[in-house]
Amino acid sequence: MDQRIIVAGASLGGLRAAEQLRAAGWVGEIIVIGEENHPPYNRPPLSKEVLAAPGTPQEVLAKLAFRARRSATGIQWRLGTRITASNLADRTITLEDGEEIGFDGLVIATGLRPAQVVVPGPVDGRHVLRTIDDAMALHAVLVPGAQVGVIGSGFIGCESAATAASLGCTVTLVEGRTGPMERPLGSALSSGVREMFSRRGVDCRTAVSVVAYRGDGSCTGIELSDGSLVAAEVIIEAVGSHANVEWLQGNGLDLSDGVECDRNLRVLAADGQPMSRVVAVGDIARYPDVRNGLPARRVEHWATPTDTAKIAAPALVAGIAGRQPAEAPAPLPSFWTDIFGTRINGVGSPAHAEETRILEGDPGQPQEGVAVGYYRGNTLIGVVNAGLPASRHLHYRQLVLDAGALVTN
Amino acid sequence: MAQITVDRKLCDNHGQCAIAAPKVFSMNDEGILEFEETFDDALLDEVEEAIDVCPVQAIFVKD
Repeated sequence: MDQRIIVAGASLGGLRAAEQLRAAGWVGEIIVIGEENHPPYNRPPLSKEVLAAPGTPQEVLAKLAFRARRSATGIQWRLGTRITASNLADRTITLEDGEEIGFDGLVIATGLRPAQVVVPGPVDGRHVLRTIDDAMALHAVLVPGAQVGVIGSGFIGCESAATAASLGCTVTLVEGRTGPMERPLGSALSSGVREMFSRRGVDCRTAVSVVAYRGDGSCTGIELSDGSLVAAEVIIEAVGSHANVEWLQGNGLDLSDGVECDRNLRVLAADGQPMSRVVAVGDIARYPDVRNGLPARRVEHWATPTDTAKIAAPALVAGIAGRQPAEAPAPLPSFWTDIFGTRINGVGSPAHAEETRILEGDPGQPQEGVAVGYYRGNTLIGVVNAGLPASRHLHYRQLVLDAGALVTN
Repeated sequence: MAQITVDRKLCDNHGQCAIAAPKVFSMNDEGILEFEETFDDALLDEVEEAIDVCPVQAIFVKD
């Protein structure tokens, strides 16, 4: 009988894993199992153009569905199917209808789900944004004049706040502990982004949190920790995420923050040693930051599934064959966002900087073109630029690559 | 030789293709994509990678 690899998760990570398994020479079965009913699709537009003007569900899917590589043949897709349990020692997974499926190799790519705000108050009117269905539901209520409260000012919070403002909604952005995208951008650029929001009429509330939602049956307002009350009948909660790891419980893994891996994306067993037949791909994978010599972390950027699949798939194929994996490259993280038409591009690990230096432009005016360098010691570990042509982004990316002294272990 | 097409209505000039396959794709000083319309089969891996990393899935290959 054919050997079988199960890919758990059918979003971008699951697709890329399946493609890279074929590219790595895997000729056995590949079964990709995903909870959503949709085939793999592109999520970044969900907070931007799709949220602004989705069209019909069919049109959205036609626009967002990924094309698989032509070389990725013979892949079985089981969509709308939830995995509820696993036994890594016996090499089985269990589906919610009780069916048990054995595997020779397993790719963990079940990703994240949005966290929600845990406070008293009504539930109606509260939204999160992760799936096509979420975006369609939210679009329907972002009508001109709607009072919208966005909770959280990371990428999704900022992008959806900008989109809602562009649609003519009255938007309050409850920033939370840090300013707009402050962790990836640093404080100077974050302040510049806040200015962009303010100029477009978004009411930014800094350093406050939500105490309760108000309303009888459905939300009419948000009570904040400074005692103020914000009128809002549409709430967008963008307060981070939880890793979908519940189905991996009982195997002795460290599941405290995603799935802990080595630099080849092999999942670490209870004894801390990498397993040869289980790897993780995408934003669920917590893997060492070899580039900066920093501890393992999850990377929640769009490029991560593609980057990690290229490492994890050959490592899994080698492991099943009883071989050691080749030395893994250290992916250079990158991200982008679009706020009111201004492209912001980041590369490297700006969140881990000890110092920032302005490379060009004025961080207070991101839309006019600016680049900020992020340093540990004297080493450039990241650059974020805004409002510049992509050629400048490529230039700064090269500077980060050239500066990068890889820490080898 | 294989042929590349880019859907310019989709292309948003992110520049990721120029990182993945710099022999085929580049960004000019205005930040606009330029590319070779045909490429040698030896570059297929790089071009497939460029297709993968395009955030708007605007790159297509024909034999």
